[in-house]
Amino acid sequence: MNEPVIEMSGVVKTFGDVRALDGLDLRVERGEILGFLGPNGAGKSTAIRVLLGMLRADEGEMQLLGGDPWRDAVELHRRLAYVPGDVSLWPKLTGGETIDLLARLRGGFDVARRDALVERFELDPTRKAGTYSKGNRQKVGLIAALASEVELLVLDEPTSGLDPLMESVFQDCVREAAANGTTVLLSSHILAEVEKLCRRVSIIRTGRTVESGTLADLRHVQQTSITARTRTPVTLDDVAGVTAMRTEGDRVEFEVGDDSLDEVMARLGAAGVVSLQSAPPTLEAIFMRHYSDDGDASDDGVAPAGASK
Amino acid sequence: MSASVALAGTGPLVRVRARIDRTRLALWTIGIIVMVAASAASIESLFPTQADLDQAAAGSDNPAIRAFNGPAQALDTLGGQVAFQVGAPGFVIAALGSILMTTRLTRREEESGRLELVRSLPVGRGSSMAAAAVVLGAMNVVTGFGVALACLAAGLPAAGSWAFGLGFTTVGWVFAAVALVAAQVAPTSRAASGLAGAVLALAFVVRAVGDMTNGVASWFSPIGWAQAARPWADERWWVFVLPLAATVALGVLARALLVRRDLGGGLIPARRGRAAAVPGLATPLALAVRQQRGLVIGWSVALALFGFVYGVIVNSIEDFVSDNESMADFMAASTDGASLTDSYLAQSIRVLALIACGFTAQAVLRARGEETSGRAEPLLALPVTRRSWLGSHATISAVGSVVVIVAAALWVAIGVVIATGDLDQVAGLFGAALAYLPALAIVVGVGLVLTSWAPRAAVATWAVVAGVLIVGMFGPVLNLPNWVSNLSPFEHVALAPAESASVTPLVVLSLIAVVLAAAGFAGITRRDCPT
Repeated sequence: MNEPVIEMSGVVKTFGDVRALDGLDLRVERGEILGFLGPNGAGKSTAIRVLLGMLRADEGEMQLLGGDPWRDAVELHRRLAYVPGDVSLWPKLTGGETIDLLARLRGGFDVARRDALVERFELDPTRKAGTYSKGNRQKVGLIAALASEVELLVLDEPTSGLDPLMESVFQDCVREAAANGTTVLLSSHILAEVEKLCRRVSIIRTGRTVESGTLADLRHVQQTSITARTRTPVTLDDVAGVTAMRTEGDRVEFEVGDDSLDEVMARLGAAGVVSLQSAPPTLEAIFMRHYSDDGDASDDGVAPAGASK
Repeated sequence: MSASVALAGTGPLVRVRARIDRTRLALWTIGIIVMVAASAASIESLFPTQADLDQAAAGSDNPAIRAFNGPAQALDTLGGQVAFQVGAPGFVIAALGSILMTTRLTRREEESGRLELVRSLPVGRGSSMAAAAVVLGAMNVVTGFGVALACLAAGLPAAGSWAFGLGFTTVGWVFAAVALVAAQVAPTSRAASGLAGAVLALAFVVRAVGDMTNGVASWFSPIGWAQAARPWADERWWVFVLPLAATVALGVLARALLVRRDLGGGLIPARRGRAAAVPGLATPLALAVRQQRGLVIGWSVALALFGFVYGVIVNSIEDFVSDNESMADFMAASTDGASLTDSYLAQSIRVLALIACGFTAQAVLRARGEETSGRAEPLLALPVTRRSWLGSHATISAVGSVVVIVAAALWVAIGVVIATGDLDQVAGLFGAALAYLPALAIVVGVGLVLTSWAPRAAVATWAVVAGVLIVGMFGPVLNLPNWVSNLSPFEHVALAPAESASVTPLVVLSLIAVVLAAAGFAGITRRDCPT
């Protein structure tokens, strides 16, 4: 059972001149919820479509649930459920009919569980899908996916369009699924959601994995977030490793790399510290560094995905 | 809200729409103009002398033909014949184009959420409707102008040409306005198109009843108005006041309804449906049936209607054609020695089979449509093979073609039996119709091959349909060389009951269809999907 549920290494997928995936590595262990993150256009959805056997990779090794995503697509799809970020439905079918159809095609489902989910997500299953809002279409996709017993949930920004209440229902459902041993690949932009659900994340940019590891690891290796008040103004801009500097009167707020912590503390001490707070960096700060163009991750010596443990 | 505020932003919206839909607008407009031009040319070659026209006039003035074509007005002139032959189908096509474009510009924009984005800008609530009205108004003006110019170019009298063109313009306007109202009333864009389409069907039937009887009912139909203007038959210009008044009234109504409803809502609430699926809805095929059954029924009813009209007028054909030498030549061109009735029925069945081609292509291309709309993705992420998914739509296309062609043959037969009281033709008619199935199967095969191997060019299936239609309907008039005609599979099917059926071509056509389908199914597993 130690075999990973998903393993991709060096996967390349090109569309004409565009290298949508440029040597992607991704590893998802059995039973975990992996947060799959990256800016728009990073290749998250392409990676998921390759995993689902809809797109054929040009290069690279991969296996999904012990099989080949392209060759064994149909067999593998019995054991997983997928929710895209924008669920397109057949306008003439009602929500309830759509859920039943999708779940039946996957190979049967539990009616009681479906009804419970319909109730939890407060979906009106009698309305034609053509009249559903974006959020309601997502609910249909989620219910259809969660109603079946599967080994793997592949969720591509599944909560887009859901209100905060429904988002929390979704989080409960994912936690329950994980507690029952279901593996989850969760692509998301909602960092709070990732923080709540995932122990491990993989961050990709321009088709490559730039960071992969547990949230705790990411926080530790990286930086410290410091807020301080000093008696006399302090200048830290010239210290290497200080980022996200903000000064407001006698108050400074910044992030600092572990290597420069010494020097920063010395300068703060010289200026006379009135109050000091330090915290591990927010997840947001980590992502910002990787998402923004100047945050070049290759300098950080971070292990590629799958090799972090 | 003042008018200027309510219509703020209309200008830019018009330009955007004209740009986005330039191809579609051009296709409808040019298609109608070309159809009129081609038909005018073909009518001129069918009736070279005044004697031919006189005979045609005598032969075509009977209730059954009038029901199909309209009032018999100056049928002993070329203009009168053009208005008679081209008017009714032409007006229906113009109305259909206006309905589909209007829904596209209004309700579909709303459904897609794009209108919401536009409305959040400093754009008036009525602006997108006004922009649609401007675009549709212009489209129909261009169509009308083109039709008039085509008629003038064909050497028809000027006044009638302009009256005929104005008929196209005003019919288009009225049905654009009908579709605008429908877009406010219906809960979805498909329902809006359906509602406006039902009004069009009603308008056709009402004038058919009028033209069969004393003509009063025709005054209640926009298509009847365009014919009541009497192009090339002592034009009555004042009649155009009726469509103008109707357009304005419907436009005002649509505007009033628009401000009374919420964005995204209709006046008719969306119908609710089942909370759970029926047990049978568990396969890709069941889903395809559910999606496409309306299409199968719609085409079957339309072809049954055509077929019935073709069948029921069978008796007048002998009189009509025997008096008209070139018509007789046309009928007998490929059916030496057969009776005129048999030739006529054989041609009717061929025309119906050619029209059925449209269904076949539309149904098989649904697979590609599912793919581009993103609806194939959730299916293909399930344990559903690509072949069974593609096969579901291919099956609907193939089996639906059988249904459509049988419905057409059945109603031709019913028409013939009513007209002649004679059951002898019935079996022959079914045989003649079913003989076109291998040819239709080739259309399925072409759609499959393109969908699999050149998905972005799948729409070229329609070019094949257009090709076989042109060869089949205008081939004799256009004097196409043999090798061109032979490219169409339909030309290899015997014109039964006039010709005796031959099996070899059907076997060859079937084999070609099988090879194409096999290539299509082989290709679908080799490419990215969706692409």
